[in-house]
Amino acid sequence: MGIWIMAGITFREAARKKILWTAFIAGIGFLLVFGIGLRFQVEDFRTSTVPPFLRYQILSSMVMVGLYTVDLLAVVMTTLTSVDTISGEIISGTIHAIATKPLSRWQILIGKWAGFVGMVAAYVAIMFGGTIAEGYWIGGVVTQHPVHGALLIFFECTIALSVTFMFGTWFSTLTNGVIVLGLLGLAFLGGWLEQMSGFTNGSRLAMVGIVSSLLMPSEAVWRRAAFEMQSPLSGALQFTPFADVSVPSLPMIGYAGVYLLIALSVAVFHFEHRDL
Amino acid sequence: MFGDKVAVRNLSLTVRRGEIFGFLGPNGAGKSTSIKMLLGLVKPTSGEAFVLGAPSSDVDVRRRIGFLPEDFRFYEWLTAAELLELHGRLAGVPADKLRDRVPALIDLVGLTPHRDKRLEAFSKGMLQRIGLAQALVHEPELIFLDEPTSGLDPMGRRMVRDIIRAQRDRGMTVFLNSHLLSEIEITCDEVVFIREGEVVTSRDLRATDGEEVRVVARARKLTEAGVAGLAPLSTSIHIEAEQLTLTARSQDVLPDILRHLVSTGADVYQFTPQRLSLEELFVSIMGEDRGL
Repeated sequence: MGIWIMAGITFREAARKKILWTAFIAGIGFLLVFGIGLRFQVEDFRTSTVPPFLRYQILSSMVMVGLYTVDLLAVVMTTLTSVDTISGEIISGTIHAIATKPLSRWQILIGKWAGFVGMVAAYVAIMFGGTIAEGYWIGGVVTQHPVHGALLIFFECTIALSVTFMFGTWFSTLTNGVIVLGLLGLAFLGGWLEQMSGFTNGSRLAMVGIVSSLLMPSEAVWRRAAFEMQSPLSGALQFTPFADVSVPSLPMIGYAGVYLLIALSVAVFHFEHRDL
Repeated sequence: MFGDKVAVRNLSLTVRRGEIFGFLGPNGAGKSTSIKMLLGLVKPTSGEAFVLGAPSSDVDVRRRIGFLPEDFRFYEWLTAAELLELHGRLAGVPADKLRDRVPALIDLVGLTPHRDKRLEAFSKGMLQRIGLAQALVHEPELIFLDEPTSGLDPMGRRMVRDIIRAQRDRGMTVFLNSHLLSEIEITCDEVVFIREGEVVTSRDLRATDGEEVRVVARARKLTEAGVAGLAPLSTSIHIEAEQLTLTARSQDVLPDILRHLVSTGADVYQFTPQRLSLEELFVSIMGEDRGL
């Protein structure tokens, strides 16, 4: 019961503090720009000599870029909205009146985590759904395995969320933000290095990318999502930056799941044992 | 322990049910740490803290405990009524009971006109009042109040005092930590003084027997031998011109002091006993400010 009360209050906090609405308005702005861009490209194709087969691949690539933007926005939104929730309440003393109520600390932490998970799920559903709907209605692009893709992007956000919670039980808000954004940057760089190594067959470059992905597997999850969602032909032809040249394996996705569980478990353990 | 500093050591407090218990000590004495340990917010480096017969880590015992933290803070985007509902739900109070209890508590702390205002619009005093209400929302047996009158004007202080006494009269035990010794003096039944994490002494403020009493006397023909003879009956003696100020060990020795002065040839014009204020008692027990 305590978990759901905390989850509800966390979700309501985001809504009342306008974090959620600001993120949604920004997201709608993105969808608007993306839709206009896609529309212009479709209109330009009417007067161009580009063959229909290639037109579809270009529009499909544009949808993938749009989905990549959704992925980045979702991960950053997840991190920025949750970075203050544990450390900020510890420092301000807000946690004192709650932690002295008859509920365990793990219930407080998991409840807050669940509240953010709900918020992230709503955000990903709207943004992801909006992007593939625009791709279909404006460009005629059919996104492959959209449910897999959406779940993987959502999964990536929960990894970022769990890591943010974990460091939030140790560090101040600012330090936590720097650490998590640093890790996300490392994952971003590592993911692209690994992808580049696929194009160039650079084994040492791949190793750097793999190590980065092991330290923070969020970007690897996105690359698996991209593999699932793009048209098989685009991936095989290496037509886009998300081509199937270095696809994270299913064991890697399993590793990311274990990584999430460990981060969340460490967060719970440390929050249970630290002084407030 | 915090680093190599011992915050609290072998602290054992006996608080009787239904009394208002004052917890006193200089800054850094370990008062807040002690309260946090009793509430399970801080874990002892060694040993265990018990409250209401259960370990402080026991989640269920917290159903019987209320807490108003110092500088009470909460989600400022909630209204006063929503805050109490949330705390009531967290404490396990059924929704139907909360429907009656929330408006009653808001009325009790004098915030009825502000019940639907967000806390971000509240003054510090109003936050203290709503904080007190949240500590009472589940009708606990024991309530810890950390500086409950902080930020309140005199009317607010009186209101908090009246609420505390009313809760005591209903059988609730109140554990009060405050720097305002005058508030403690007129509110508490018993006080304990702690320093460097250990109990120094305690006082029952309801009893006057055996308590030190300050006496101001005006007398002529005081002799050195006469004043020296007061030592067994007093803890401090100060003479300035014809004025003798001393601290008698108890009210019971006052006739002996007067008899002794007269028997040594002094002409006594005035002999006025004055009960030591809690502040004076505090200073005499704790010594001068050590800049903590």
